Amino acid sequence: MINKIAASIAEALANVKDGSTVLIGGFGTSGIPGELIDGLIAQGAKDLTVVNNNAGNADYGLAALLKAGRVRKIICSFPRQVDSWVFDELYRSGKLELELVPQGNLAERMRAAGAGIGAFFCPTAAGTELAKGKETREIDGRQYVLEYPIHGDVALIKAEAGDRWGNLVYRKAARNFGPVMAAAAKYTVATVFELRELGELDPEAVVTPGIYVSKLVKIPRVATQAGGFKKEVA
Amino acid sequence: MAYQKRTKDELAKRVAQDIHDGAYVNLGIGQPTAVANHIPAGREVILQSENGILGMGPAPAAGEEDYDLINAGKQPVSLLPGGAYFHHADSFAMMRGGHLDICVLGAFQVSAKGDLANWSTGEPGAIPAVGGAMDLAIGAKQTWVMMDLLTKKGESKIVERCTYPLTGVACVKRIYTDLCTLECTPQGLKLIDKVEGLSHAELEKLINLPIAA
Repeated sequence: MINKIAASIAEALANVKDGSTVLIGGFGTSGIPGELIDGLIAQGAKDLTVVNNNAGNADYGLAALLKAGRVRKIICSFPRQVDSWVFDELYRSGKLELELVPQGNLAERMRAAGAGIGAFFCPTAAGTELAKGKETREIDGRQYVLEYPIHGDVALIKAEAGDRWGNLVYRKAARNFGPVMAAAAKYTVATVFELRELGELDPEAVVTPGIYVSKLVKIPRVATQAGGFKKEVA
Repeated sequence: MAYQKRTKDELAKRVAQDIHDGAYVNLGIGQPTAVANHIPAGREVILQSENGILGMGPAPAAGEEDYDLINAGKQPVSLLPGGAYFHHADSFAMMRGGHLDICVLGAFQVSAKGDLANWSTGEPGAIPAVGGAMDLAIGAKQTWVMMDLLTKKGESKIVERCTYPLTGVACVKRIYTDLCTLECTPQGLKLIDKVEGLSHAELEKLINLPIAA
């Protein structure tokens, strides 16, 4: 019998090794698997390379993982936010390596990893600083930059609901990197707010088929907090 | 003769005028966001948000915010009936694949031939962040820039060659500013319109580049 449901986050994350590349879902605060990040902090793996669109908000979640000194390198598109002070300090003091990747390349490089693509030519960033040192090629009159996949050892993602086969559905724009990261990592853990029996999720609406998911953990529903932007003062 | 600059609202309205019925549009963070408020009545325009939304609607009423439904600037938005969600790789494939009709972006500098600089001022010690800027710049069928023509110091942001780090090469089709609307062509700038009372010669002097009439 297949049962990917783990009893606890600690159980699901028990085998994360030092030096792992960890893909962490989310865009700003939406889709950030906060409970799994807290679990990773408790688990203790260090010397990690983290892939996330941003680089943490305030002092919780990804920012707390950075603050705990567990991350050697971060691969992201937009580290600087109004509340990214933890990242800012670590980056400025040279304690954290940054690989800055245009957002679409970040997504496509992980998609390529999940799809078994060895490399691809992409027009994004051609002729800019972010293409420096990379192979470029003119194809049909347009400049393209050679990009390589980003493989994850582990992916941590947040979904809305799932079943014991690992099928997942998401909530609104919190889907963002979840499906892409699930496929790009060797070991994917998803949190869900609801567990369903097999067959209860509409097969026409399953977003991530269970083949991409290693473990699911049910967590209590908590509303996503605001973060990453400056609140306008009325 | 004296001339009046377009206000921020007038500029947003000017850009909105050129967005056709049925267009799929991505509005960049900052000033371009305001274009959504000026789409002429009777035109149905579908807004894309890079984090995986088509059919993005306005900010919800106070107390109705849902932070799983946010825009590229991480601010709460809504979904119009008929809207759809998709994942990040699909969202950027949609951009890169040329499926969006128009993308409106802010800029630090634009060259006469349409090179765009809008992600970094290249300041030493600054924390770099690029987000979707480079994907957006080269992805849509048409990339439009919306900005003040002059910096606070009075220097033209339209230049022969960008001095700030580039976001994309020869990717800007039109520049909408508080003083004029211009087209970028391989031969250089071409005038679309300008505010009343501003002469062609005065505009060329402000930009310090020739502008084809």
